[in-house]
Amino acid sequence: MMDLATIWAGLLALAVFIYVALDGFDLGIGILFPFAKDRAERSQMMSAVAPVWDGNETWLVLGGGGLLATFPLAYAVLMPALYGPIILMLIGLIFRGVAFEFRHNAKGRWQSLWSVSFGAGSVVATLAQGFVLGGFIQGVAFENNAFAGGPWDWATPFTLIVALGLTAGYALLGAAWLVYKTEGPLHARAQKWTRLMAIVTGVALAVVSLATLYVDPRVTARWGLADGSLDGPDIVLGLLPLAAAGVLAAIHWAAPRSTGIGPYLLSLVVFACGYLGLAFSLWPYMVPFALTPQDAAAPDNALQFMLVGAVILLPMILAYTFYSYWVFRAKVAPDASYH
Amino acid sequence: MDFDALFLSRLQFGFTIAFHILFPAFTIGLASFLAVLEGLWLFTKRDAFQRLYLHWVKIFAISFGLGVVSGVVMSYQFGTNWSVFSEIAFPVIGPLLAYEVLTAFFLEASFLGVMLFGWRRVGPKLHFAATVIVAVGTLGSAFWILSANSWMQTPAGFTQTSEGLVATNFFDVIFNPSFPIRFVHMVIAAYLTTALVVGGASAFQLLRGRTNDENRISLRMAVLLLAIVAPLQLVAGHESGAVAHEYQPAKVAAMEGWWETRPDQGTILFGWPDEENEKNHFEIKIPNTGSLIFGTAVDEDLLGLDQFAREDRPPVWPVFWSFRVMVGLGLAMIGLGWWGAFVWQRGRLDQARWLHKAMVAFAPAGFIAILAGWIATEVGRQPYVIYGILRTADAVSPVTAGQVATSLTVFLIAYAIIFTAGAIYTLRLIALGPDPAEQPPPSDPQRPLGVPFGAAPPEPGAPGDTHRNGESAQ
Repeated sequence: MMDLATIWAGLLALAVFIYVALDGFDLGIGILFPFAKDRAERSQMMSAVAPVWDGNETWLVLGGGGLLATFPLAYAVLMPALYGPIILMLIGLIFRGVAFEFRHNAKGRWQSLWSVSFGAGSVVATLAQGFVLGGFIQGVAFENNAFAGGPWDWATPFTLIVALGLTAGYALLGAAWLVYKTEGPLHARAQKWTRLMAIVTGVALAVVSLATLYVDPRVTARWGLADGSLDGPDIVLGLLPLAAAGVLAAIHWAAPRSTGIGPYLLSLVVFACGYLGLAFSLWPYMVPFALTPQDAAAPDNALQFMLVGAVILLPMILAYTFYSYWVFRAKVAPDASYH
Repeated sequence: MDFDALFLSRLQFGFTIAFHILFPAFTIGLASFLAVLEGLWLFTKRDAFQRLYLHWVKIFAISFGLGVVSGVVMSYQFGTNWSVFSEIAFPVIGPLLAYEVLTAFFLEASFLGVMLFGWRRVGPKLHFAATVIVAVGTLGSAFWILSANSWMQTPAGFTQTSEGLVATNFFDVIFNPSFPIRFVHMVIAAYLTTALVVGGASAFQLLRGRTNDENRISLRMAVLLLAIVAPLQLVAGHESGAVAHEYQPAKVAAMEGWWETRPDQGTILFGWPDEENEKNHFEIKIPNTGSLIFGTAVDEDLLGLDQFAREDRPPVWPVFWSFRVMVGLGLAMIGLGWWGAFVWQRGRLDQARWLHKAMVAFAPAGFIAILAGWIATEVGRQPYVIYGILRTADAVSPVTAGQVATSLTVFLIAYAIIFTAGAIYTLRLIALGPDPAEQPPPSDPQRPLGVPFGAAPPEPGAPGDTHRNGESAQ
């Protein structure tokens, strides 16, 4: 059962979750950028992520590069299928990524322009990731070992809902991160944002979950809802959305009282609930309704060779990533002037 | 899978990779330069080294950022535009990219934060360690990506099965025939590129009369590196050519402009290749040098393009001319380095205005040479994407021409904007030069985050938006 393909599918899923957890908050801060009071507050927000954003984004490279290396066929099917949103995501990431250095080097109006670039780039990248996720969940047209659909297959009401939902979720992560990392008036504002985004994210998560249940009959059946009745297993599974709702309520309650990392960690629990629910819905598909990990995997010798590296290097990466967060554990003061 | 999507995908890949390579090439050299500067500072305690570090690390940050954002594009573009290539090649070379991310990208990205923002939070030795780790990380990325690219030139260590390509020996995949020398050639190219920029910037400051320790030191470091390393590049380039001669004779024939197979090939200095009539116009050549260059017997045939069917030949004109641009610039770099060394030895390095002007003129030469060399080797690999195994025409994704035209347009616009801005900010920093008054604040882990080492501590009660700039904050 635990063949190499399954192990790698699990590792990639973990990498993607770490990506969402980490880049989620710095994209989220970009989404919240327009709501800051003034330029100084925006500088303070950027400083809260400047030393770590690059490492965060590297998990996305691991997600893309890892999928390419371990499941070349899945990558070769998904990327052309999601061509539009992938390019859109890359463009968004370009404009937000360069803004860190450019905004700091620019003067006057140009600085405002790079603030817009950071905010808009973050929103575009997040929406695009939502379209990628939605397009992935709804499945892709697959024939003769290749993508066989059209350029706009990914653009549906369902994927739009997912994109908006993900934007709400990232904004929650960003707001909660600011609760943890900032002081002064921005901290108070971040507490309000977190409180608000907990509600918005709750609504979004409910809508996305319900929409996902009916995106494909196989998912409906998986959750035991095809027969229109509720029975034992449904109730166990029902605990997942209940847990998410409970944690969101806890965030809503805790945000105005917190100066620590609590709300952020709780937000991650919400994401984990959604993630587990999704995994349960789509299992065993790696490319929904077309390919399983075993269908798409690279040869065993390649998977083995990479697993040796991953087992040794991933713990090291996590260790020095943690170290880097530890070095920059201090709060960002309102007078922070870089970025 | 029509011709247009193929053609546009090739344009897009060529454009995005050419844009991308400028920044890693510069940051590979710059990271090592910064590590040397910080090491020298720790060892000698001369403040000039530290001020040079503080100056160049700002430029490094801009360039690294541009490298990151254009690099993320590359890791997805294999799939969006070259899905058939991905599916066929990556069962074999996928691990190389995976190892690149695991051993290099994370290392660079994580310690870059410490390098740029950690001056106050970690001690000088740890900060130095972070700089060294970033430098090692940049070399690690170069190792893996050159390995993967070299495998596309000289594939090895695999077998063709009914399931597709499968590796037989990953050591042979990684250390494929052209990899070791191409890696050396690329790293040297990166070092030369950085030395030319640093040398040009220092010379510019001296021309403006800023004859301070910082500019004098960095000019000497650049001249020293050029004088020693530029000649080594000639050797490395020649070795790389020898490997190509053995494994990719069509590429070498196109570089040399050899149409006919014969033992007495010459070195063509100038010519206008004509693919239609299979000859060169306006040819100026040194006869009979071919066997000398490639170490073949005088009566041994050197392959010309006539040995390859027309559909198996690379486009000759771009390969021929980009090769000449690269070699010409490389030779000029040797001349510049030796000129500088000569003037230095006579004790006039700080006054040699003509040398300074030449150094300024040559500041971008490394970038041009790298692009030219890249065109020569990648276009020279055509019409294959994996040499001898998979044709470029068969490697493209099942996407429409409209999609690729749109994405290409968007990339052109986006890159034009960020390149212009990045160039302006970099040139502005270079024009300011190292600040002789700049001091990093003392290490203080209790201080709030957000004030970088280049800035003076904000005064209590000062308005919040004192925008940091090394120069304006002082």
